[in-house]
Amino acid sequence: MDIQSYLLLSATTFIIGVVGVLARRNAIIVFMSIELMLNSVNLSLVAFSAYLGDVRGQMLVFFAMTVAAAEAAVGLAIIIALFRRKQTVNLDDINILKW
Amino acid sequence: MFSYSPLIVLFPLLGFLFLGLIGWRLKNEKLIGIIGSGTVGLSFVVAAILFFQMLGMQPEERKHIVGLFTWISTFTGTPSSLSVSVGYQVDQLSILMTLIVTGVGFLIHVYSIGYMHGDAGFSRFFTYMNLFIFAMLNLVLADNFLLMFLGWEGVGLCSYLLIGFWFDRKFDTGGYKPGTATTSDAAKKAFIVNRIGDFGFLLGMLLIFMHFGSLNFETVFGRATVLSVGDKTVVWITLLLFLGATGKSAQIPLYVWLPDAMAGPTPVSALIHAATMVTAGVYMVARCSILYALAPTTMQVVAIIGAVTAVMAATIGLVQNDIKKVLAYSTVSQLGYMFLAMGVAAFAAGIFHVLTHAFFKALLFLGSGAVIHAMHDEQDIQKMGGLKKYLPTTYKTFLIAAIAISGIPPFSGFFSKDEILWKAFSSEYGSVVLWALGVLGAGLTAFYMFRLVSLTFEGEARYGHDVHPHEAPKTMTIPLVILAFLSVVGGFVGIPASLLGGNSIEQWLEPIFEPANDKLSLIPQAVTAGEYLLMALSVAIAAGGIYVARMVYLRRAELAEQWKAKFPKIYAMLFNKYYVDEAYDAVVITPTVKVSEAILWKGVDVSIIDGLVNGSAKLIGTIAQGIRRVQTGIAQQYATIFVGGILVILIWLILK
Repeated sequence: MDIQSYLLLSATTFIIGVVGVLARRNAIIVFMSIELMLNSVNLSLVAFSAYLGDVRGQMLVFFAMTVAAAEAAVGLAIIIALFRRKQTVNLDDINILKW
Repeated sequence: MFSYSPLIVLFPLLGFLFLGLIGWRLKNEKLIGIIGSGTVGLSFVVAAILFFQMLGMQPEERKHIVGLFTWISTFTGTPSSLSVSVGYQVDQLSILMTLIVTGVGFLIHVYSIGYMHGDAGFSRFFTYMNLFIFAMLNLVLADNFLLMFLGWEGVGLCSYLLIGFWFDRKFDTGGYKPGTATTSDAAKKAFIVNRIGDFGFLLGMLLIFMHFGSLNFETVFGRATVLSVGDKTVVWITLLLFLGATGKSAQIPLYVWLPDAMAGPTPVSALIHAATMVTAGVYMVARCSILYALAPTTMQVVAIIGAVTAVMAATIGLVQNDIKKVLAYSTVSQLGYMFLAMGVAAFAAGIFHVLTHAFFKALLFLGSGAVIHAMHDEQDIQKMGGLKKYLPTTYKTFLIAAIAISGIPPFSGFFSKDEILWKAFSSEYGSVVLWALGVLGAGLTAFYMFRLVSLTFEGEARYGHDVHPHEAPKTMTIPLVILAFLSVVGGFVGIPASLLGGNSIEQWLEPIFEPANDKLSLIPQAVTAGEYLLMALSVAIAAGGIYVARMVYLRRAELAEQWKAKFPKIYAMLFNKYYVDEAYDAVVITPTVKVSEAILWKGVDVSIIDGLVNGSAKLIGTIAQGIRRVQTGIAQQYATIFVGGILVILIWLILK
């Protein structure tokens, strides 16, 4: 089994996620990019788990997915609350926590 | 049987604690007064029992030390080991002082019940007074220098507290800072001037420890007996200790606090600033007589300072108009006599004068208190006169005290003062000059005392019709009568051999001063015709002083005015107390204030210390001002930096 293609895919999606987080201004897109990064890591975990024949990698993925689900709920709730307050989800406009 | 001697010290301490902790809650003046004076009375009873038991013993058995506990113990086993215990030494000298302190103290406490009646700080007053007695008893009964110093500082503290007892009252310093001073200024002055003297005492004590390796009286004096006369270190020790004495006992150059100390309530002046605390210096010199005997130079200094103080203070007393100020200068002058006695190696005579002076000076102060009480806080004798009609008891007792202090036989002052004058003349350490100064002072004393009596009690009334003088209550007059009795008979314990007496006080104190007298190798004086001649001369001068004062102030009042007009410079100089306060102000106080303000405050404190503190804060602030711009509030910028950091680390890891 070739692990390299899995890792390549994982790295690619991770970088897409990073670029999304850094470059996009829409909070929902940024949020989705974060999820993409999480899942790319999950992918590499599963790939290593299968490659090494060790089930612990997959167990960790389940944990990550559970936490990600909860985090998604909280994150979306924050974005909705933010939108209600500022009528925008553009991150450049949300900058009051500064000097 | 000596084992209960610490009780003497314990009672006033209990009184102080009780009154200090719950006394202010008691609304009952009578109860507070009974507790306050009762504790001192109990101490007196214990001391008196002890005294009578000592009378029945052999002289060498009379000394006894009761050690209570170890106070300080360091470097044990090394040459510099210091061990100080709280222990009380009862001997001929300390029991005498204890009897004076508790006996006169008790009478003054009783008097205070009447004098302080209705005062808002009634219980506070008795609290401080009991604390004073406690400290004073520690001073006189201590068996080592450190405990003595504790008492020494303690009485200074109580003096401060009691001078400033009416801390919100205005106080006339007599020209200096007019109209602005309050009694707390007088209290501070007393405290600070005493601090100078106390520093001398402290240095002397350290030097004693270095030289003798101990602070115990027994050890130090024992080791001192083998030293030779003129030992350099001992000269310094005695000079420093004497500096302490000049502070506490108001001698030149540190006497200036005592006249201002009259700002306190009159019983305080009687107890602390006449009868007991101010004699602490004399007691200390007497206690260290062996050290002084080793230092003839210091003896000379003591004698000269004593004699000069005696005359100088007496001349100032001639023209003062405040009844208490006159008595204050009189006290300074009489203390001068005591130091004169110490300086001419007449230790017993000095202590004898402490005893008689305690009686008649306490009486004079208490009498003046009764007058002030009767005149509703008026202290100016120019606004009195003719009071003997209204205050018969006060007048009679005051007169007795005035005769006693003037040195007219057979009143107590005659015996003690004459003893000092004779010793000043005949002792190897005395001289004609010292004697002449003493006699001059005695004449002046008689003059100003009878000026005081005449202006206050006799002649025409010079006060307004709205003043109705009245005799003091019984609690005040009874102590007056008892003290008057003591002022009359107190001298009989020291009738000299020339007057067919045994001079029992000198014999009683003999063992205390024996080592010092051995060192000095004094030749016992035989009774000579000269002694009678000098005695007659000093009595004649005293009587002359009385006569002149009575003539001037009762019959020919215009004479006083004429003299004033004839010698305006001398009068102004005396009235302004030789401008000593002004001189100290110009030489010490003003420069200190100026230097403190310009250099210490505005230079060191504001520029350097505040500059360092504020400067470091400002530096951090300026740096932060620039750096804080990094925090933009845009989360994505943080994330970018974060990722950039990770990339740097990754590249470093890969290239490594």
